[in-house]
Amino acid sequence: MMRALNDPILKVENVTMRFGGLVAVNNLSFTAGRGDITALIGPNGAGKTTVFNCITGFYKPTIGRMALRHGTIDFAAHIETVTDGDSESLKTPDGTLFLLERMADFEISARAHVARTFQNIRLFSGMTVLENLMVAQHNPLMVASNWTIGGLIGLPGFRKRENAALETAKYWLNMVKLTDRADDPAGELPYGDQRRLEIARAMCTDPVLLCLDEPAAGLNPKESLELNTLLRAIRDDHGTSLLLIEHDMSVVMQISDHVVVLDYGTKISDGTPEHIKTDPKVIAAYLGVEDDAVDDVEAEVGL
Amino acid sequence: MNETASTPSVDYVQLFKDALFAAVIAFGLFSLMIGVKTDQALNNQMILVLRPGLLASIVGLVFAGRFLIGYWQATRIARVKVKKAPLSPAMAKLASYALPACIGFLFAYPVLVLLTVGPAGAIKWIDNFGIQILIYIMLGWGLNIVVGLAGLLDLGYVAFYAVGAYSYSLLATSMPIKAFMAEMIGPSFWGLWAFWILLPLSGILAAFWGVLLGFPVLRLRGDYLAIVTLAFGEIIRLVLINWVDFSGGYAGISSIPRPSFFGIPFNAADNGFSATFGLEFSPIYRTIFLFYLIFALALLTAAVSMRLRRLPVGRAWEALREDEIACRSLGINTVNTKLTAFSIGAMFGGFAGAFFAARQGFISPESFVFIESAQILAIVVLGGMGSLLGVVISSIILVGGVELLRELDFLKNVFGDGFDPAQYRMLIFGLCMVLMMLWKPRGLISQRDPTVFLKEKKSVSSDLVKEGHG
Repeated sequence: MMRALNDPILKVENVTMRFGGLVAVNNLSFTAGRGDITALIGPNGAGKTTVFNCITGFYKPTIGRMALRHGTIDFAAHIETVTDGDSESLKTPDGTLFLLERMADFEISARAHVARTFQNIRLFSGMTVLENLMVAQHNPLMVASNWTIGGLIGLPGFRKRENAALETAKYWLNMVKLTDRADDPAGELPYGDQRRLEIARAMCTDPVLLCLDEPAAGLNPKESLELNTLLRAIRDDHGTSLLLIEHDMSVVMQISDHVVVLDYGTKISDGTPEHIKTDPKVIAAYLGVEDDAVDDVEAEVGL
Repeated sequence: MNETASTPSVDYVQLFKDALFAAVIAFGLFSLMIGVKTDQALNNQMILVLRPGLLASIVGLVFAGRFLIGYWQATRIARVKVKKAPLSPAMAKLASYALPACIGFLFAYPVLVLLTVGPAGAIKWIDNFGIQILIYIMLGWGLNIVVGLAGLLDLGYVAFYAVGAYSYSLLATSMPIKAFMAEMIGPSFWGLWAFWILLPLSGILAAFWGVLLGFPVLRLRGDYLAIVTLAFGEIIRLVLINWVDFSGGYAGISSIPRPSFFGIPFNAADNGFSATFGLEFSPIYRTIFLFYLIFALALLTAAVSMRLRRLPVGRAWEALREDEIACRSLGINTVNTKLTAFSIGAMFGGFAGAFFAARQGFISPESFVFIESAQILAIVVLGGMGSLLGVVISSIILVGGVELLRELDFLKNVFGDGFDPAQYRMLIFGLCMVLMMLWKPRGLISQRDPTVFLKEKKSVSSDLVKEGHG
């Protein structure tokens, strides 16, 4: 069920990220399909979080292009025109094309509707669970409050929009089963709850692409199963495409439609979970090979 | 409630040694600073006056204090730490009345003073205490938006105070404007209405200055932001001193029009306040009016600040303080958010500055030194970041307490006739700060109230609330 070929939503092309002399990501290209759960896996230090940081704007890639589309705008037809020009996006009646490497991190979230979670949880620990979810809906609420002026003088439009935002927050609280803890400070939640809250907060921004950085880290098997159900529900009910970094193979194999494997910054495999499970290069990266085969494998991978 | 374990064994010998060591250092430091005082003899020669008694008492104080602190720490280690029980519902309800009670007290303050000391002594109490404390409360509430809510460490808040004061003064005393107003409307118009017209304008100019200052500065974070804002505060003061043509330099600006009672001047003339209301002329009426004016301005600051906290911009400020990177990942433009915090805080500083100029009638760059910024910041931090009640309490303690020192004549009996408590205010100020940091490092009010809740409003303890990294 890999839609990457027919209905791509994100095209990462020739992305290289260099930090001085260190090449963290080396000429990475892959496509994520709309409505797919795409997993990015690889040993520690393979550059997966760096790829995420490039896609979500926290780093600017040294070389490369990352194109995201809303709607059904034709990638092939427009992508070169936009790249040659100066603009970050192109809007047509069919949809909009964004060049993520040209956008700032908050613009990627606000305009391109790409949301992310973090490997080490970044919640607003001094604010309650509900407040965390309300902050996520900042941009539409700001518009509704007429950039604060209307809200300050008490215009009615803001109150209505705030109630709608509360409803969205309540919906996501229900989805992640945190309704009972809505008024507790986020910093007091147990680890698994904090992870789920972060996912709920990201979903409150109404994203088309949700990037999850190790969502199952530190979860026990039962919690991992619940996470799988949640992620599937996000994809099925909301049509959000997911991009996951994950080490937990139970999560990866059970729910992903498409897996991309990185090792030392280079893509070594790309395909369905069944394909990469048996790919010798992947096995070599995770488990190693016999000593006499090392040189061959390295040459093949391009190290 | 903290429970004590079995009596701990306190090493008194070690405590004594520590206290002795501290006393020796104190003796070394203070022997020249306190023990010897320079004075002018009758023939204008400099003589040295020895003050062994004072030196001995200070060294003794250091010894005793160090001993006590050591003892407290030694017994604290042995104490079993139990998590403090949350306030019982009755206490919590009482606590929620604390802020309205404080405001009610401040509202009734002039009346209370008049009843206690009568009209003659009241001016000092209302002016030096009441109005002074309220100015600092307003400045504290204004800085609270920048430091307490948004977590931006601003050490140059006095710059906006100065912008407000000088913009009001310069515009109010400007000859071209006076002439223009006299021609267009009438000769007495500007003198009576200058304050009311220029008050909002001063705020807007200060806000504008806040945006101007904010643009280059807000890319910096934490300590760097602090130093740069400190530098801007000093720059403004130095410009005011040196650009004599513009600001009058050290001579300052005088004859600044005072506020009128909405068009009725506070003087002994027939159209004055006293005559219009059938009262005997007394300077106290203007003082009381000024008190209620600053009271209203301070309330406006608090009301706007409370309102903004509930709006998306206020929530974004607090989120910014908690985690800036998470904010950016949620699509919030953090630079714009910081700029709004900066400029709204600046606006209230500007209002306070205009009031200050109008109350004094004369301003000079001497009033806008760094120590003022530090004092306002101390008020906000001591009160507990983001807490309105905390600012009120710490203002009353820090500003009122220091003013009160001048009144404490009984201390002269203890320390001798030449003892002037007001000279020691900086020492006492420092001591208070140290004690506060030992006892309540996160400020007096160590909780945060959420702005929205599903079922019940639960306060967040300050252990979870971040301080902000600018």
